[in-house]
Amino acid sequence: MTEIGLGHYLTLGAIIFSIGIIGIFLNRKNIIVILMSIELILLAVNINLVSFSIFLGDLTGQVFTLFILTVAAAEAAIGLAIIVVYYRNSGTIRVEHIDELKG
Amino acid sequence: MIAHSIFFYTFSIIAIVSAIMVTASKNTVHSVFFLILDFISISCLFIMIGAEFLGMIMLIVYVGAVAVLFLFVVMMLNVAQQKNQWFSSEESSKHIPVGLIISTLIFVELIIVVGGWKYKPDLFDINNSLEFAKVSNTHSLGQVLYTDYIHVFQISGMILLVAMIGAIVLTFRKRVGVKTQSYIKQISRERSDGVKVLNVESNKGVKIDD
Repeated sequence: MTEIGLGHYLTLGAIIFSIGIIGIFLNRKNIIVILMSIELILLAVNINLVSFSIFLGDLTGQVFTLFILTVAAAEAAIGLAIIVVYYRNSGTIRVEHIDELKG
Repeated sequence: MIAHSIFFYTFSIIAIVSAIMVTASKNTVHSVFFLILDFISISCLFIMIGAEFLGMIMLIVYVGAVAVLFLFVVMMLNVAQQKNQWFSSEESSKHIPVGLIISTLIFVELIIVVGGWKYKPDLFDINNSLEFAKVSNTHSLGQVLYTDYIHVFQISGMILLVAMIGAIVLTFRKRVGVKTQSYIKQISRERSDGVKVLNVESNKGVKIDD
């Protein structure tokens, strides 16, 4: 078994990033799952930053990951608040029915 | 080294499978639980490669706060039974090939970048590696976080404050028809509004105007 290096962690990050993209594209029913896919994408970014930081011996990546964590938490709170307001007004959060801003 | 490989593959396979289940499971509550599992395994990976502080913070922030927030919203909105299928009808499954193609393209691009990466030969200098530092991971993070990155740290606190106020303002609603206290009325009430002193003669009684 080969030694676990930076490439393994980057590949893991790439896989989780792609799964997040798939989740955003293929989901038509539930907008909460789209928010969770965004969390997955941010998690993949964090994996990349932390593994670079560890393997290159530079602490900046971990500091940046901390701030990404902050922004992700804020984004989840705001997004869920918007979803709650939308559900209160329209009674549904199905993605295919949210087309009032069609333009 | 063999233990490192075993742990890495175990945690990463759990993470990938649960990430797939987040997007594919039919019940939204199950998706949230798989999201929690994903975060836990990724934070185990972080702790394993030496970023202990970030692993613990991820456990606290994501599993403790964000996932519980998601669970609350899912249960409050009563969407757990709203089936989350990709292939429900003919016209709503047209987007599936496009999404698959785009995500596969992104994945292939990322893999090409990772595979074609070349390092400088002296990049992995053993002396500046974090593993041989004298202080722990948390200690060294604190040393740079409160000195070099203090402004960014404060700005992130501001971001959290703005997010909190925004969430409260968004979900706040004034209900009509509910009896509540009016503070300004209570505070501005004077003695003369409530009490009237009368000089009542004895054996006559009091006549109240109504």
